[in-house]
Amino acid sequence: MGQQSVEMILIRQLAGYLFVPVILVDTTGTVIFYNEPAEQILGVRFEETGRIDPEEADRLIQLSDDPATATEETRRPLVTALQQRRPTHARRWLLRRGDRVRLQVELTAFPVIDQDDRLLGAVAMFWER
Amino acid sequence: MQVTPYGVRGSVAAPGPATARYGGNTSCVRVTGPDGAVLALDAGTGIRLLGLDLPPGLRRVDVLLTHLHMDHIIGLGFFRPLFDPAMEVHIWGPASATLSLEARLRRYLAPPLFPVRLRDVPSRLELHHTGRECFTIGAFTIRTARVCHPGPTVGYRIETKQASLAYLPDHEPALGARRFPLDAEWTSGFELAQDVDLLLHDAQYTRKEYPAYVGWGHSTIHDALAFAGLAGVKHLVPFHHDPGRDDAALDAAMNAAIDDMSPKFTVTPAAEGHTFELG
Repeated sequence: MGQQSVEMILIRQLAGYLFVPVILVDTTGTVIFYNEPAEQILGVRFEETGRIDPEEADRLIQLSDDPATATEETRRPLVTALQQRRPTHARRWLLRRGDRVRLQVELTAFPVIDQDDRLLGAVAMFWER
Repeated sequence: MQVTPYGVRGSVAAPGPATARYGGNTSCVRVTGPDGAVLALDAGTGIRLLGLDLPPGLRRVDVLLTHLHMDHIIGLGFFRPLFDPAMEVHIWGPASATLSLEARLRRYLAPPLFPVRLRDVPSRLELHHTGRECFTIGAFTIRTARVCHPGPTVGYRIETKQASLAYLPDHEPALGARRFPLDAEWTSGFELAQDVDLLLHDAQYTRKEYPAYVGWGHSTIHDALAFAGLAGVKHLVPFHHDPGRDDAALDAAMNAAIDDMSPKFTVTPAAEGHTFELG
C-alpha cells in the first residue's frame, strides 16, 4: 500500500482533533480514515477495520432522505464531491447506524483538490441535529 | 554518487568561530553523479562556494529547490554559473496554486531586494516545476513529492544504479500526530526516504524546544531518528541545524538524542565539506 499524499495526511491529523465525526475517502470512495466521533456512527473502531470499501461503508452508514423534507440532492454527498468535484451539504438526512439507531444529521462533503488541481479524495463531516 | 553539504544551517546563516566545525551557511548540498552531472540541492548561502567549486569544463548544473523560503534561495543571486553565458542552468522547484516558479523567484531576484532581474541573467536559464513526478538528469533518476512544511514544499529522492539519497531538509512529519511515527502509509515523506542509502533530514530542534515551534515545519532530532528508523534508511544525516546552536551544543544535542534512541543505523550530523561516497 502506497503512502498517502501530504494533504490527506494533514486532514487525518486535523480530524483527530475535532469533535464532529469526520470520514475521509480516497478517489474510489474507499474509506481510508475516520476519527473517534465517527467510530460511534459506524459502530466500529478504525483500528479494527482499517480501510473500508464503498459497499461495506454503505452497509455501515445508511443514509436516506428525511420524508418530511423534499430534497433535490438525490445522490450521496460524497459521491457528488468525488464525481463533480464540488461541495455539498445535505440537510435533514437520516443516518442509520449498523446498530439500527436512527439519527437526524446534516452532512457536509467536499472534495480534496491539490495545488495541481488533482482530486485526492473527499471529506464528509456529520452534524447531529 | 558523491554528496557534499555546502550549507547545513537552518533559517538563517550563523557564521563565526562557534559554528566553524559544522558550518554556518544555510542549506545547500552538492551531488555529483558517476557521469559527472552536478546537482545543487537548494540555494542557501552555501551555494556561493559551490558555484566556485565546480569542475572545469562543466557546462550544465541543475539546482533543485525544495521550497522558496529565504534560507533556501538567498544564495541564488551569488551563484556564479547564473552569470556565465557558457553555462546552462536548470532550476527545479515547486509552483504555488496561483504563481509559477518563475513568478515566485522574481519576488526575490528583482529590485528592490536584488539589483539583477532573473530574466537578465546571462546564463542559459530554464525553470521547471516539480510536483509529484519523476524525471532524469544525466545518470540521476529523481522523484519528488510534496511534504509537510508550510507553503509548497517538496522533498527529493535521487537514485543512480548504484546508490540512493533522500533530501528532506525542511520537514515536520510529526505535525499533529498524537504519536510518532504512525504507520508508513500515513507518514509524510516515507516513500521518498524508504530504504535509501543516505537520508539528509531536518533535525532543527530538541524535544524540549519543539513545543514552542509546532507548525513551523521542522523536526526534532528524535523525530528525525524515528522517521529514519521507520523508513529503513542505512545512514541518517541530521540537517538544518538550529542557527542558535554552536558546535558544542550541537554535539551535546545529537549525542543525547542518539543515546536515547539507540538507532540501528549510522548517524552523522551534517557538516560543511564532509563528503559522503555512495555506491
